[in-house]
Amino acid sequence: MKLHPAKLLFLQILVAVAVLAIWQVGATVPIGGDYLLPEFFFSKPGDVLSRVVELFVTGTIWKHLWITLTETVLAFVIGSVGGVVIGFWFARKPVVAAVFDPYVKMVNALPRVVLAPIFMLWLGLGIWSKVALGVTLVFFIVFFNVYQGVKEVSPVVLANARMMGMNERQLFRNVYWPSAMSWMFSSLHTAVGFALVGAVVGEYLGSSAGLGYLIHQAEGVFDVTGVFAGMFILAAFVLVIDWFVTRVENRLLVWRPQAASEQN
Amino acid sequence: MNAAAAASIAPASHDAPPAVALDDIAISFAVKGRPVFKAVAPTSLHVSEGEFVAIVGPTGCGKSTLLNATAGLLAPAGGTVSIFGEPLVGLNARAGYLFQQDALMPWKTALDNVAIALEIGGMGRSQAHAQAQDWLKRVGLARFTERYPHELSGGQRKRVALAQMLIRQPKILLMDEPFGPLDAQTRQIMGTLLLRLWAQDRKAVLFVTHDLEEAIALSDRVVIMSAGPEARIIGDYPIDLARPRDAAEIRLDPRFHELHRMIWNQLKTEVAKTYGDDMDGVEASS
Repeated sequence: MKLHPAKLLFLQILVAVAVLAIWQVGATVPIGGDYLLPEFFFSKPGDVLSRVVELFVTGTIWKHLWITLTETVLAFVIGSVGGVVIGFWFARKPVVAAVFDPYVKMVNALPRVVLAPIFMLWLGLGIWSKVALGVTLVFFIVFFNVYQGVKEVSPVVLANARMMGMNERQLFRNVYWPSAMSWMFSSLHTAVGFALVGAVVGEYLGSSAGLGYLIHQAEGVFDVTGVFAGMFILAAFVLVIDWFVTRVENRLLVWRPQAASEQN
Repeated sequence: MNAAAAASIAPASHDAPPAVALDDIAISFAVKGRPVFKAVAPTSLHVSEGEFVAIVGPTGCGKSTLLNATAGLLAPAGGTVSIFGEPLVGLNARAGYLFQQDALMPWKTALDNVAIALEIGGMGRSQAHAQAQDWLKRVGLARFTERYPHELSGGQRKRVALAQMLIRQPKILLMDEPFGPLDAQTRQIMGTLLLRLWAQDRKAVLFVTHDLEEAIALSDRVVIMSAGPEARIIGDYPIDLARPRDAAEIRLDPRFHELHRMIWNQLKTEVAKTYGDDMDGVEASS
């Protein structure tokens, strides 16, 4: 069953209006002498909105957004490059992969947040400790996908390419690389998301700028309005990045059936 | 094995060495913890230059492994593979291979898939593209050059694969049930297209199929393999139908029926053997 687009949009807006209304009523209208959503803990939709506007109007938010964006991009790029290189290396050299296998599993099993204090000791409170945290998250996603992509190249496509006369270098360029990239891009959303998680969590645990810092600061002084405003901006920021990733993905993966059907 | 068939397996007396000479080829597979599986018993088969040979046999009889040994994708357990008189080392660079499954690179357009076959040989991009364009036209896909494989039908993908194989001008064409996954009508159209392209410069062809009608319609010689394991060649029939042929219309020819009846009489006992274990007493029929 498919909804009419206009009707769908109407229902989607209805959900937002309902949530905001419950929030507003809960915070301002006492029921039996008690507030359902005390303003001290939950703030009010109007206050949050005016705080968001204020942050943009005064321009203080841009610096924080820029820092978080820089950390995210750096974490994504460094983690991806590392994942691609190591992924290829392991996939083409099974002995190396076998030797390192238990250590890869061990490091990947570790909740990455516990590394944050160490990175702060090593790299200071600047952006690099946050980048390092993001890298440890992004690296493994990209690594596993590239490894899989190289391993799962269709044997028929490979045999056909060999019969065509491709040497190792040409096989890499025309077969292994595109296959690995298709797997990597299929995890692009996850990888970018994790880069951002690394940045924000790192900022939250100790920094002097960024969205995570902003939220942490507000929380430190019981400024719930500030926390919600920061969360709202963070969510919007993720949506913008996600939209951008989708566009990149559609461009790069035109040859894939799924990508094509999404465009229709 | 009947004596007449065995005699005709021997190469025709030619001065030039045969394009493909498989002598006493045996193929076996080692599976851990089990006795070695002997897929093909020592078998000989020669294909002359310009000859179209079809190998027919029941499913799982090792037809494809014979083809892979000729391509150099599989090392035989015994015997020798000679290509134009020279023993085959590594991959067979003089052969083109048309696979049963989709073998196109899904991330390249039809045009790029065909052009890459020339580009890896060192040809410039624009020249390779011009030739690829021409080949796609020859297989009837002039309007589909910019499509990706998933945007093409199964038959169209086979046409691209055909152009990809032929553009390198290989001396030997190896085909492993290439039209197997296609519907009956498309198979006949593809068969006619293949014959038309082949007639232009008559390469040596080794065409594996389980469809006897297709084999007779296309080839100069039909070779019958017995049911595996230890499959071997048990029959070798020259097909004296006139060329050029239309792969669909030739099936109405009385001579076609004669040949079909004669070969089927032998093949059906082999087909029955394949299913003998679980279908005892079932009579194979055409």
